[in-house]
Amino acid sequence: MSAPTTALVLVSHSRGLAAGLVDVAAQMAPDVTLHAAGGTDDGGIGTSYDLIEQGITSALETGAQGVLVLTDLGSATLTAESVLELLDDERVHLVNAPFVEATVAASVAAQGGGDLLAVVAAAGTAIDSFVNGRDRSVSGDTGTDHSDGPETEVPGPNGSDSGGSAGSEESGSDGPDSDGSVSDGPVVARRLTLTNSLGLHARPAATLARLAAGFDASVTVNGVDAASVLALMALGLAGGAEVEVSATGAQANEAVDALAIEIESGFGET
Amino acid sequence: MTGGSLGTQWALAWVRASAAVVADQREALSDLDRAIGDGDHGENLNRGFAAVLAKLDGFEPATVGEVLKLVATTLMSTVGGAAGPLYGTAFLRGAKAADAAEIDAAGVAAVLAAGVEGVVARGKAEVGDKTMVDAWTPAVAAAQQVATDGGSAAEALRAAAEAAATGAASTDPLVAHKGRASYLGERAIGHRDPGAQSSALLLLAAADVAAA
Repeated sequence: MSAPTTALVLVSHSRGLAAGLVDVAAQMAPDVTLHAAGGTDDGGIGTSYDLIEQGITSALETGAQGVLVLTDLGSATLTAESVLELLDDERVHLVNAPFVEATVAASVAAQGGGDLLAVVAAAGTAIDSFVNGRDRSVSGDTGTDHSDGPETEVPGPNGSDSGGSAGSEESGSDGPDSDGSVSDGPVVARRLTLTNSLGLHARPAATLARLAAGFDASVTVNGVDAASVLALMALGLAGGAEVEVSATGAQANEAVDALAIEIESGFGET
Repeated sequence: MTGGSLGTQWALAWVRASAAVVADQREALSDLDRAIGDGDHGENLNRGFAAVLAKLDGFEPATVGEVLKLVATTLMSTVGGAAGPLYGTAFLRGAKAADAAEIDAAGVAAVLAAGVEGVVARGKAEVGDKTMVDAWTPAVAAAQQVATDGGSAAEALRAAAEAAATGAASTDPLVAHKGRASYLGERAIGHRDPGAQSSALLLLAAADVAAA
């Protein structure tokens, strides 16, 4: 896993809200540069052009190769857009997405070493997950209109109809095995039980997503992309739930082993 | 300062006149904003233009655009709320369209058109949404008409200012579709949009100093 190169600037009307979201993201993405730009210059409710600009410049000056700016709403978004227009720097992007969800998804992607475009894409998935709720993520591959995962693959030469595997449910993650050509190499799958009482909440989901992104493998948990923290959280798995970790690719074995260790250890929780 | 074209001295005089009118009208603007917004438009704008004034000492711009850019960056970082980025973007886009020592009537129209494009790009408002776009859009059309008819830059600004005043008044009976006022629904009817009003005041100041 490479060191993070993409930083986040979190813009809110409230100093406390931005700072609190930095705290949440820092727990999931401890090595990512996170700057809070909340409130007015004197700490009131509002948005500070200067705080946003300082956050961005400071991130770039301390080595970030890309900066993603996320905002809560209204004039915070307008102000951030204005900062970007004046900076006119292609290393800085803004995604207008649900603030908390996008921050979680983007910070985990950045922790995994994602470049700016990858982190932007991760933040973008928050829009989908927010609008469509958990069922879309849990339902797996029941259609072609929700291919938001980064691992959307080209159908194999045997012309397998991606819609044909609908209804494969929990065992659906080994679909590529029967298709043979959809993924590279055999499927490694393992059934496990979540031992910690809170199950797959935000921090464990981030742990798994970071791990999954670090291997040369395509990893799923219960059929959803394991590198997507939002997809994992959307599974809504509580303690005691059964999970199936499945992977294909060069490091499929290592990936499943690594995720299994975390799951079996209860993510260090009780 | 009358004539076919307007230069940096006009631009600087416009900034000073804008600061003066905003200071004079800040209570009235905030009163409008109290009716349908959060009541700080006049104070915010006044703070912004006061900050611009403070930067004028020793400022010797070579182009009209440099003046507008100073206004843009200062308003963005000092006005706050939605008005800061909206006015900031308007002046910034206007600055890019005014990269010359002097602008004629067509130049005035181009600056105003670029400004309103910036406001629309940022705020996503359309004519009839009860926003500053309702003042700016007819102002652009009026300035363009003067340019087409071969009028002077000062005449273009006068026409723009009059159209903006009419446009601001046209927001009185409207329901708002953008910003905080949109939460009020029909209760916004009968109140002028403060951003449209301040836009009209700024354009009036531009026309007045051009004619001086």
